[in-house]
Parts: sequence; structure tokens; C-alpha cells
Amino acid sequence: MPNSTYMKFDRRRFLKLGAAGTALAVAPVVSGGEAAATVRTNARIVIAGAGAAGLSMAAQLSERLDGATITMIDSRVRHYYQPGFTLVAAGLKNAGYAVSRTADYVPRDVEWIEDSVAEFDPDGNKVITQGGQSVPYDFLVVAAGIDLDYDAIEGMEVDRIGQDGIGSVYHSPEMAEATYAAMSRFAEEGGVGLFHRPATEMKCAGAPLKYTFITDDVLRRRGNRARAELIYAAHDGVHFSVPIVSEKVRMLYQDRGIDTVFHHVLKQIDIGAKEATFDTPEGDATIDYDFINVVPPMRAAAAVRNSPLPWHTGPYAADGWVEVHRETMRHLRYPNVFAVGDIAGVPKGKTAASVKWQVPVAADHIAADLAGEESDSAFNGYTSCPLITRFGRAMLVEFDYHDNLMPSFPGIIAPLEELWVSWVMKTIALKPTYLAMLRGRA
Amino acid sequence: MDELDPTVMLAVLLEMMGAWFWILGLLAVIGIAGFVYVLAVERTLSSRRLVRAELIGVLGGIGALVLMAYVTLSGFTDAGGPIDWLVIGLIFGGGLVGTTILAYAIGGLVSIFSGRKDRLKHRT
Repeated sequence: MPNSTYMKFDRRRFLKLGAAGTALAVAPVVSGGEAAATVRTNARIVIAGAGAAGLSMAAQLSERLDGATITMIDSRVRHYYQPGFTLVAAGLKNAGYAVSRTADYVPRDVEWIEDSVAEFDPDGNKVITQGGQSVPYDFLVVAAGIDLDYDAIEGMEVDRIGQDGIGSVYHSPEMAEATYAAMSRFAEEGGVGLFHRPATEMKCAGAPLKYTFITDDVLRRRGNRARAELIYAAHDGVHFSVPIVSEKVRMLYQDRGIDTVFHHVLKQIDIGAKEATFDTPEGDATIDYDFINVVPPMRAAAAVRNSPLPWHTGPYAADGWVEVHRETMRHLRYPNVFAVGDIAGVPKGKTAASVKWQVPVAADHIAADLAGEESDSAFNGYTSCPLITRFGRAMLVEFDYHDNLMPSFPGIIAPLEELWVSWVMKTIALKPTYLAMLRGRA
Repeated sequence: MDELDPTVMLAVLLEMMGAWFWILGLLAVIGIAGFVYVLAVERTLSSRRLVRAELIGVLGGIGALVLMAYVTLSGFTDAGGPIDWLVIGLIFGGGLVGTTILAYAIGGLVSIFSGRKDRLKHRT
């Protein structure tokens, strides 16, 4: 059993390396140097989840460990390139752009059980699948992802997405495409466009902001901006959790004529009457809309929520995020358990860019444990958001746990400027980098 | 892999371009090799052919910009800062120089081999 007390962190060195990195398109993997050598082992490793984090971890461990039994458990045969949903919902790509096959990325020496995990038993060092199979492990990597909790919004009907002015970019590639259809109709007819975000932790917190910008631009390009009112309902008192970015978004929203209301959390939607009811400090507030982009509350996958793995206290307890050390991704109570990707109970960072940096760190700690060594690899909270501000331009926003901007090209690509090169990265470089990451090559 | 790893760059480029990576790479190698061969055989730079190649090169530069606009779903009116104009210049320049070298090499090779044929005809 590994001992978590030996871990040492050289944050200054890591931050320096991070600053020397390049953008997501070419960002280097940070690892612990010597520990990157192949480790001979017969350990049993279970990866729960085959999304971006699970597949990336499978590729990394498969590369690093010789002789290990690596088992990945996930019932999903379709793989979603989720950063592409925004482009689909913008009408620039079709749904197929964001869909591929999980099987295409599973390394040859990794066993894939096409089932979902029903129960985590970290005290017994095993997981039990929906089909009743018990899978024991020496190390567990939890990468089970997020549940989109549409049911938490009273009156919301997922099958109405694309109709009656209802959009929801997050649901799936198909629903992102349907969202474009609804937004496009709105852009012809005008009215009130309503945008918001949930009060929970969420995937890519920039996405609801992006979609507001995109809708504004579609209206302008069709000459209908004057016929529409756009409202962004923030769940707290800011536009974005990183202050310097929030201020920039505030200025851009002002420039584009997008109104913002604060401390509004969507609780109910009346699809027939096109009314959205928000929970606010002053009580319920109803806003009529003609188009709404519904962003559901997001919680840890149910099997994880109902296991001993989540935080018991603090901001990540309520929705079941896994209690891990924010720099090593190692569980604080079960040292042979790691969590990477959306499921990890760490600040910010529910993005593919974070996965890219979390996974090598966790893999390095597992490999070091197996080699009887120490790893000084640490994740600094890096995440990246190519924040689209109109068609053809984006801001390449990158930051860490401490709200520091972490520009990959300091002095070359300004993080808070609307640039075409940032758009270029989003449209042609991000997906290849993502796919290379899944294959363990980036 | 603390530093930027060229293998990462290669992996990303391969994902991005697929077979086109090798096709364009091969074209670049053939173009440069052909250009060097023509220079070596002729032992001079034909100014007339170079001007013609440069004119074709301008079309290549424009073609590179059109291709970039197509794959990025954007236009060059989207440029928002100095880095954008620099990148646009580099894309145009890359297309121009690459096409110029290729056009010069093709022109030179055609000239060399047609010249040989003429010489062979005269011998017979």
C-alpha cells in the first residue's frame, strides 16, 4: 500500500515549467523526470470511466507499466469530443464532428469491460459492475465523469431541446445540433435570449458565456440584433470565477449590449409559457424568454456519489466530488485511489485541458509507488478556455488554482485579447491535440 | 518530458493533417530536391524562370490563405491583433515560397529533360 506522507512538492519548479509550456495545442506533459521510465509490475489497476480522463490514463499507464493488468470499465461505446459541442451548437459543425468510438482509443493491452461501475468498495479494494462482476484492484483511478441533473430543474424536458425555444449545448452532440436549430430560429424572429449557468461545479464554465457571445454574433450577422434582448443570469456576483477574466467579460458584454443579472439560479422552467424562474436572494424571479440555453446542475456520477469516495465536508461534498489532493490527484483517505477529470473534487478545471495535465501527474505517482520511489509531480490547477467572443475570434484564457493567468505564449498571444489565432487554435488545433492526448501521445 | 517535445508536435500534426502531412511533406522534399538538382545542373539561377515561378508563387500564397480560411471556418477580416497579421503574413509567405520553389524546380526539370531529348534527336 502506498504511503501518501512521503510526497514532496516543488511548486516553484513546477510553476516555472508550467509557464514555459506552450498552449493546449502543443502543451507539454509534465512528469517527474526519472520516474518516466517503464516500471515492471504485476499490479492490477482499474480505471473507472472511459471518457477523456479514463482513456488518457489508460494510454499513459499502458506506456509506463510493463506487465500490469489494466482494466477499464465503462459502458459507453460512443466517445464525445465535448469541447466541440460549442462549434456544433454554433452551426459550424454537425453532430458527427464530436462523436467517435471509444474502441478506437483503448490501448491493446488494456482490458475494456463494457459495463458501468455500480459500486465502489475502496475498503475492500474492488469495484462491482452493473452486471455484478467484482473487479479487484491494487490501484483505482476514478474517471467516472459528471451526471447532468436536468431533473433538478422543475418542468425541464430533455426531449424538447431544439423546440419551443429550448436549447442545451451540454446534453449531447445531437442536442447541441438541435440547440443550433432553436437558436437559429430565435436569430430570425428576435425576442429575449436567456443564458445562465448552474450554481454547482460545472464542465467548462466558459461555455455558457461563449454561447451568449455566439448568439449575439449570429443576430448581428443576420441584421436582427436590434430585435433581440440578450440576458445572462449569473449564479453568483461575477461573470466568471477568475476576477481578471470576469472583468474582461463584463466589458465585452457591455460592448455587445448583453444585460447581466446576478445571483440568479434557475430552478423552474415553464416550456409552454416560455418562462424561467430563478432562485434569487430576494426570492423567486421570473424571466420570460424566446430562447433559453439550459445548463443543468452537474454532480459527480451517481455510483461515486453513493460511495465512500466523495468529500464529507466543504464545497465539494454536496455533489459528491472525489476527495483528492489538489496537486497529486491522490485520494486523501484511500492512498491507492486517484481521481482525474471532471469527477475530481478540486477547484476549477473540469476541462480537457486540465485532464491533459492531471493525468500525467497521477500516472507518475502510481508508477513511482510501484517502483518504490517518490514522485514530485504536481498539478497546479492549470486549465484553458478558448473563450469564443464572436465567429472568427476568441480569447485564449488559461489560469491556475490561484486565478493567475498562465499564458502559454506570453508576449505573443495576449490572453485577454480577442484574436483570430486563438480561434484558429479552437477550430483546428484543439481536437487533434485532444485525440493525441487520448492516445497518450500528447 | 518537461520541455516541449517534438514527438508531441508530430503527434498533433499527424492527428490534424492525417495523410496530408506525408503528402505535403513529400511534396516539400521533392520541391527542394528538384530545385537543388536544377541549380546543380544549370549552375545558374534563371532569372526569367524565377520571375515566372514567383508569379505562380503569389497564387500559391493566396491559395494558402484561402485554404486556411476554409479549414478554420473564418475569414481574414477576423484578424484582431498584431499576432493575427503576423500569422497571416507567415501563411502567405509559406505558400508563396513553397510554390515558388516547386514551380522553379518543375520549370527547370522540364527544361533540362526537354533539352536532353532535343540533343538526343539531333544525334539520331
